[in-house]
Amino acid sequence: MKELKEPTDHRQAATMAQPVETSVAFARVSRQVSLNEGLIFEESTPGKRGMEFPPLDVPQIDPAEALGAAFVRDPVDGFPEVSEIEVIRHFTRLSTWNYAIDLGMYPLGSCTMKYNPRVNEFVARLEGLATEHPSQTTEMAQGCLRIMYDLHKCLLEITGMDAGTLQPAAGAQGEFAGLLMIRAYLESKGDARKKVLIPDSAHGTNPASVVLAGYEVQNIRSNSSGLIDIGHLREYVTSDVAALMLTNPNTLGVFEERIAEIAAVLHERGALLYMDGANMNALAGVARPGDFGVDVMHLNLHKTFSTPHGGGGPGAGPVMVKIFLEPFLPVPVICERPDGKLGVDHNRPHSIGRVRAFFGNFGVLLRALAYTLAYGPGIRQVTEDAVLNANYLRTKLENDFDLPYSLPSMHEVVFSDARQRKFGVNTMDIAKRLIDYGFHPYTTAFPLIVPGALMIEPTESESKKECDQFIDAMLAIAREAETNPELVRTAPHSTRVGRLDEVGAARKPVLRWKKN
Amino acid sequence: MRYLPKGPAERQEMLEAIGAHGIEELFRSIPEEFRLREPLRLPGPLSEAGIIEYFRTRAGENARGYTSFLGAGVYQHFRSVVTDALIQRGEFLTSYTPYQAEIAQGTLQSIFEFQTLMCQLTGQEVANASMYDGSTALTEAVLMAERLTQRRNVLVARTLHPEYRQVLATYAKHCDLNVIEVGFAASGQLDTSSLSTESLAQAAAVVVQSPNYFGVVEDIAALANTAHPHGALVVTGITEAVSLGIVKPPAEADIVAMEAQSFGVAPSFGGPYVGVIASRDKFVRQMPGRLAGQAADAEGRRGYVLTLATREQHIRREKATSNICTNEALFALAATIHLCLMGKEGLREVARQNLSKAHFALAHLTKIPGVRRCFSGPVFNEFALEFPRSVKIINQSLLRDKIIGPLPLGVNYPEQTKCGLVAVTETMPRTEIERFAAALKQILERPV
Repeated sequence: MKELKEPTDHRQAATMAQPVETSVAFARVSRQVSLNEGLIFEESTPGKRGMEFPPLDVPQIDPAEALGAAFVRDPVDGFPEVSEIEVIRHFTRLSTWNYAIDLGMYPLGSCTMKYNPRVNEFVARLEGLATEHPSQTTEMAQGCLRIMYDLHKCLLEITGMDAGTLQPAAGAQGEFAGLLMIRAYLESKGDARKKVLIPDSAHGTNPASVVLAGYEVQNIRSNSSGLIDIGHLREYVTSDVAALMLTNPNTLGVFEERIAEIAAVLHERGALLYMDGANMNALAGVARPGDFGVDVMHLNLHKTFSTPHGGGGPGAGPVMVKIFLEPFLPVPVICERPDGKLGVDHNRPHSIGRVRAFFGNFGVLLRALAYTLAYGPGIRQVTEDAVLNANYLRTKLENDFDLPYSLPSMHEVVFSDARQRKFGVNTMDIAKRLIDYGFHPYTTAFPLIVPGALMIEPTESESKKECDQFIDAMLAIAREAETNPELVRTAPHSTRVGRLDEVGAARKPVLRWKKN
Repeated sequence: MRYLPKGPAERQEMLEAIGAHGIEELFRSIPEEFRLREPLRLPGPLSEAGIIEYFRTRAGENARGYTSFLGAGVYQHFRSVVTDALIQRGEFLTSYTPYQAEIAQGTLQSIFEFQTLMCQLTGQEVANASMYDGSTALTEAVLMAERLTQRRNVLVARTLHPEYRQVLATYAKHCDLNVIEVGFAASGQLDTSSLSTESLAQAAAVVVQSPNYFGVVEDIAALANTAHPHGALVVTGITEAVSLGIVKPPAEADIVAMEAQSFGVAPSFGGPYVGVIASRDKFVRQMPGRLAGQAADAEGRRGYVLTLATREQHIRREKATSNICTNEALFALAATIHLCLMGKEGLREVARQNLSKAHFALAHLTKIPGVRRCFSGPVFNEFALEFPRSVKIINQSLLRDKIIGPLPLGVNYPEQTKCGLVAVTETMPRTEIERFAAALKQILERPV
């Protein structure tokens, strides 16, 4: 039999360390199905529809009679009129313009883009789970409550905390709920205090949540290693300070080695330690925040616990606390009754109240439990593989990219574009060029303490081969930056549209389609 | 483990490349005393079949096989299998927030379409890319009104969903916002007679839901005429988005906060859903959350980007309009697909079916001796009824007929202990409405 040749994979072609000319030739190959699919409104013609209903089995009522003529609207002007196949084609074509974890590595630092197990999608849609109404009595919702109760127990074990809430709809809402619990606790002791300390390396949601919780933000500088400067911290922790919000490992991917001391400095002065658990993928099964002095923390289930990002959400941001904060948890709290069944406790006088209607993003919680059950105690292997991947990338890239902070990396590594900038190429250019090599960019320009940051988090979901291909792509781009910077500066070359004019878009915003 | 793509030899090879003797070495920055020595005590590991079995068992412990008349912010509607098939495409499901526009045009264009649909439905000029849900969207709308007016009072209808009011209270407490409740009239509508000139002159907004928690449609145009001369904005909450297929949209409101769960999203025990904020163009810079906008590349090709990000936390940090980051993009996409499938005609038809079935049920149920409507105002697909005895006790009996009956109002409205909410959507067959009426009649005929 004749030996067949594999069709050229653009990723292989690009990563075979070829001269620039070849890269250019490759760069003309579009990786996206280039279809000119307009807006659905532009595809619409009168009289079509894509969904039909069973015939009405009761007498049709005149809306004007039922509501009063003044309350009846006309048919919605400009609303789409398309058939089922047109809807399928439209959204399927749009989908081909997206990158996705299912297509390849998505090394966005701080975002933990890991594999989203398909069985989780299956069980979330089961009859008896997807169909349940949140106002059903507890007797009629024991299964849903049990799912939340079991997840809650797992999260306590993983974090080493004492109690928690699953209600917050996302990490930022978890931060808000956690800060309110701190405030309520301090208020109960007669002094709510005024400020929350935030390192300059923190996520933007941290200061925004602090303000929403009625506190002032006090930014604190990191030391030359990118860690909390304990000396500075001591100066800043006054009797006005309610808490320090710390991401650990921090956004450089570095563990705060003196975490116990940090906690002690705060606790000595009556302040609390809040941990942003965005980077819990570096710790699960290896170390527990509850053991190293954390009083409150949130988890991002759409990061560490694999629930799909879905193009920007949904997420869930459970908050785990130490026992002294338990009275302040949002209502309702799920509790075990003497008969072994689960109940819902609304009568909690010290509670901060509700942060979201119903029980939060149940469908996300359910998926996170499915993920946890799949691993069980084996979750430690996830963490080990995530840290192994990040360190492997670091070793292979540190000769060609500047590493501004050299402490050991955990689940992510942060380089800077210092070397490439000499050739007029910045982190965004490198990121856009990665697209041509078949990868999603890493996180650019964050954390703020690294000018021109390249923040890379591979997660455990990448094989050695995928990591090697990414390394080859990065090294190829580093060479291109030297030999043909223009090629990098004008990337991507393989997508349906080139770099879009964001400044122009913001100057005269067009935020919706309008009928001509 | 099936999700992990490395074998032992590859792990070893990578460790060697790093120059580490063992995996422990990579965790050396964690102080020894905090490193776990024992495996965590977690259930599992479970196979795929094991996971399915666990969740099927849990599903069996819920209310399977019951006919439910629950609404109150979460509604059962027909959903096309097309929606679910499309949102499960990996390119949508497993993609991130579309910050890298060139490889996220699918998500960005669909957000742009979502924003357009939300404007068309609500009669507003600009809508964002989604909020967590209706309750947090409403709260953010109120905070937006506070920023726009620089006023600290907000007049909130008692007929706003009680859990929405609770969420608002949690946020308001720390934003120097005074929430002043406004009662309802015999119609079930906002008691506008209690809106004094003084209170309006100090109010950032009047907040009213329509159809409100009792299912009654509010007169937003009239309210705007009352509020606007005093500089108070009108914030309108909507929990039953299907109503917009037939009920006049709150075009006169300044900010609309909506729960779009009714558009193709499963009840799923309370979430994830889709929050919507829509408003006027002139207020766009005070809006929370992400916005997609049209943009051009160097060659003039049309594309979409996230825009006006200087409102957001990742740029503005403590000065941001909100702390929201993650939203509900995938379910905003579901709503978009669902609305495209229904289209102009389908949306109108489903709204008319809801209206017809609810009014059919209302007529049937109020024929039962002792059962009467609580309020006289116009209703869409939900209404409050008063019964001759406690709703909770009636519901206990209805369960024997495999019916989940009216939602008791007494919990949140102590003066309405014998009242309950009934929702009837297009999914409810006439035979079930009749069975419910018959069962209720029988229960009420029995001596107490």
